[in-house]
Amino acid sequence: MTTEEIETVAKLDTPATVPAKLGPTNGRSSEGSVLNVFSHGILIVWALMVGVPLLWVLWSAFKDSNGILTDPWGLPTVLHWENWSNAWNDANMGQYFINTVIVVGGSVIGTMVLGSMAAYVLARFTFPGNRFIYYLFVAGMSFPVFMLVIPLFFVLRDFPGSSLLATYHGLILVYIAYSLPFTVFFMTAFFRTLPTTVAEAAMIDGASHTRTFFQVMLPMAKPGLISIGIFNFLGQWNQYLLPMVLNQQEDKYVLTQGLAMIALQQGYENDWGALMAGMMIAMLPVLVVYTIFQRQVQSGLTAGALK
Amino acid sequence: MQHGKYRFIVGFLALPLIIYAIFVISPFVQAFQISMTDWSGLVGTAQFVGLDNFEKLWDSDDFWNALRHNIYMLALVPVVTLGLGLFFAFMLNVGGRRRKNEVVTGVAGSKLYKFVFFFPQVISITIIAVIWFNIYNPDPQDGMLNSLLGAVGLDSLQNSWLGEKSLALWCISAVMVWGHVGFYVVLFSAAMASIPRDIYEAALLDGANRFHTFFKITLPLLWDTVQTGWVYMGIIALDAFALVQIMSVNMGGPDGATDVMPLRLYLTAFRDSQFGYASAMGIAMLIVTMTFAVLTMRFARRERIEY
Repeated sequence: MTTEEIETVAKLDTPATVPAKLGPTNGRSSEGSVLNVFSHGILIVWALMVGVPLLWVLWSAFKDSNGILTDPWGLPTVLHWENWSNAWNDANMGQYFINTVIVVGGSVIGTMVLGSMAAYVLARFTFPGNRFIYYLFVAGMSFPVFMLVIPLFFVLRDFPGSSLLATYHGLILVYIAYSLPFTVFFMTAFFRTLPTTVAEAAMIDGASHTRTFFQVMLPMAKPGLISIGIFNFLGQWNQYLLPMVLNQQEDKYVLTQGLAMIALQQGYENDWGALMAGMMIAMLPVLVVYTIFQRQVQSGLTAGALK
Repeated sequence: MQHGKYRFIVGFLALPLIIYAIFVISPFVQAFQISMTDWSGLVGTAQFVGLDNFEKLWDSDDFWNALRHNIYMLALVPVVTLGLGLFFAFMLNVGGRRRKNEVVTGVAGSKLYKFVFFFPQVISITIIAVIWFNIYNPDPQDGMLNSLLGAVGLDSLQNSWLGEKSLALWCISAVMVWGHVGFYVVLFSAAMASIPRDIYEAALLDGANRFHTFFKITLPLLWDTVQTGWVYMGIIALDAFALVQIMSVNMGGPDGATDVMPLRLYLTAFRDSQFGYASAMGIAMLIVTMTFAVLTMRFARRERIEY
């Protein structure tokens, strides 16, 4: 009530200016400045709560285990670069990094190519079963992965030919399959927004459907491809449950598995500096992508929630 | 235009559909089938046992215990996360009113806040779990939280956090909130940006303060987004697998205090090899998730406001 009263008084004091401007002169500024101090305070506290733990990983990656444990808040006195080589070599983070790059690289490319092919056909052509196939894909967004992992484990184990468990191509195929629902959903909507005339012109000039797709439509869909590509990259780079179940062989571990294993086994005498450096190794590609493409990352991920 | 159309459609859809059918659709169907067998997975013979697994599940104290923890999180985590998200988003987009020529504006530095707040959303849940495991470290010297409390003279608040039966679940819930608030700040910011400025202008001319602006304009116009966000956050609260697996004492401890349904399913399947029983848990989780989503959509429905 009090702020209202103050406002009423303030308005009565300056009757002539009220309708004209709403700037700091009309008495609202007093409410504004008090609230701004308060709101900035809370915003800064939250920013610190998010930022400090992440910075802590960064500076701990340069401290020795002893320093991390006895003085968790202190800055490193000497930069222990060996943490990074210990993580890369002794803790196998190098191997896990390479595994992750192979799997995520293969599956992002596969998801983008296969997803936009399917989406293009579903968006641009009428044929019997079009709606059914579209909804079959989209339904996949609502299946809880937890319910699927047990049968999925046996699908991979008993795959005709040879088991796909703990293989690169097995993981790649699974990542592609689980990224298709949202990719198809997103890209179908995107292809529908593109003008038809360009594609028609290409067809009249004698381009085949395939050629029209790869040389005309895909380049036009670039903004959509970037958004969904980043979305898939982040999701697949950070994937934890699927590799946990399908990739239980140490030399094929991806980064998230490797980190979880090191953290779970970490006794108090172990190499904490290397663990922190390992976390930085796992985070760096993501941090680079996020910093460069913040706008696309934020819009891509929030679009994912509004599916 | 019709030349080779069907050959093209089949050519483009075949591969995505085959991959999707093998790795997503077929596990979905098999999950129901496996849940009615006593399959231990090791030998190929599985006996059909009807609904026995579901009866066993109904009588299982362990599963009810895990379900109860998920329900606690479901009741708490979305309220806190979305509440904070709405508050921050309002501050960043509508909260500042000190600049000239603009009626509605965010506080200074809102872009930077959004960038920092969103950070936990792009890094892997494994890394988040390892960071917070160290923050909650019970040692008064080693643990970041305890040493911070000690430094500001609040020694009495020092605790063993994850080791304390009554606190462990709430500590893990807090991490979930920490990780997702930034996502909702960005999501709600995007939704707020689409609210026409003149609505705020009119309200300001009528003398509305920030409190009124938020509850009478912003929240009602954001309701659809809030509802979707609620379902999304609820599904995350029904999971919690990675956090509990990595952070909790003895996976779900101390003494079962942090056990959750997905962890139960994972251990039942891949540690105890009771695949039929674990599949029944998966079906139960599907039912719980669907019930939650349907109830939310039903009770949160309001009249749509057009603008």
